[in-house]
Amino acid sequence: MAKNLVTPKLISEFNRFCPGCGHGLIAKMIAQVLEERGVEDDAIQVYAVGCSCFISTVIKADSIQAQHGRAPAVASGVRRARPDAVVYTYQGDGDAAAIGLSESLYAAYRNENTTAIFVNNGVFGMTGGQMAPTTLEGQKTATSIYGRNTELTGQPFKLAELIAQMPVAYVERCSLANAKLIAQTKRAIGKAFDNQLAGKGYSFVEILSPCPTNWHMDPVKAYKKLEEVVAEEYKLGVLKDSKEDSK
Amino acid sequence: MKKLVIYKNRCKACGFCIDQCPKDALSFGEEFNDSGYAAVVSDENLCIKCGTCYRVCPDSVFELIEE
Ligand SMILES: Cc1ncc(C[n+]2csc(CCOP(=O)(O)OP(=O)(O)O)c2C)c(N)n1
Ligand code: SF4
Ligand code: SF4
Ligand code: SF4
Repeated sequence: MAKNLVTPKLISEFNRFCPGCGHGLIAKMIAQVLEERGVEDDAIQVYAVGCSCFISTVIKADSIQAQHGRAPAVASGVRRARPDAVVYTYQGDGDAAAIGLSESLYAAYRNENTTAIFVNNGVFGMTGGQMAPTTLEGQKTATSIYGRNTELTGQPFKLAELIAQMPVAYVERCSLANAKLIAQTKRAIGKAFDNQLAGKGYSFVEILSPCPTNWHMDPVKAYKKLEEVVAEEYKLGVLKDSKEDSK
Repeated sequence: MKKLVIYKNRCKACGFCIDQCPKDALSFGEEFNDSGYAAVVSDENLCIKCGTCYRVCPDSVFELIEE
């Protein structure tokens, strides 16, 4: 008999994300991955600031909130205090790639045996859609009303590519654009946790995710934009796999 | 027999499942749920119980269970 497809036990029945927000989908997949491996009771999630911080109410696992951007540093501390715990960070792009860039890079540089889930929706979601380092060229946001001027503000920021330069176990960029890519995202999250359980070191999964509210778009169009526009700038795929590298 | 369960009060009417269903079996219903959204309904005659809607819904509206 095929396995029943049910709501993960860790997932709250209701959440505060906007209609179509990718955060809900990613949370569900993290919960599935933890439950499939039977480690949900050992999980400690570290999050910071942004809509991503609702993760603590959506995934009913043990949680610690760090200051804005500091989740990787706090997770490193949790790793030392609780060697047996399954430790992961859950952060948005404004959080991990802007104010918390230093912490993101140093956790990777130390190859902390943790899992990092990085949600790239191209804006500061919670505060009203301001430009993030990840905002696309020409993208209109609350602080780039004529479209992002890359001569003035730099190119869209590629955190995954940067992390892949560090001595880490695994880096992959995924997308929620459609059912097939969502299935691939779940596999990547699974691998990022399997690596941690096997003691392989830092695993980083960047997920291209829609923020329909601040993109001022119908959710279905926002998911289409991930496929047609965002993935042109942010190439999907495995950027680093230390096991494959050493082959 | 597999059964598609729809927790209509979790639905936020984003429409993504309707877009992704390979059989066009889903549509917005006529009734509003407790949060005021036109919750999704399925057409039993078209649904092939593939589980795509379960996989793509951000709000865990669907379950697919063996009866
Ligand atoms: C030290 C500090 N500075 C600024 C803020 C305001 N703030 C709240 S959320 C946020 C941006 C979060 O953006 P992102 O990480 O992209 O998350 P999203 O909301 O898109 O999920 C900012 C700047 C804060 N809470 N703390
Ligand atoms: S503002 Fe954007 S990121 Fe925040 S919950 Fe709404 S859609 Fe999601
Ligand atoms: S994807 Fe989920 S929340 Fe969105 S319309 Fe379908 S059932 Fe409702
Ligand atoms: S199970 Fe498959 S066919 Fe049935 S409604 Fe869901 S996506 Fe459509």
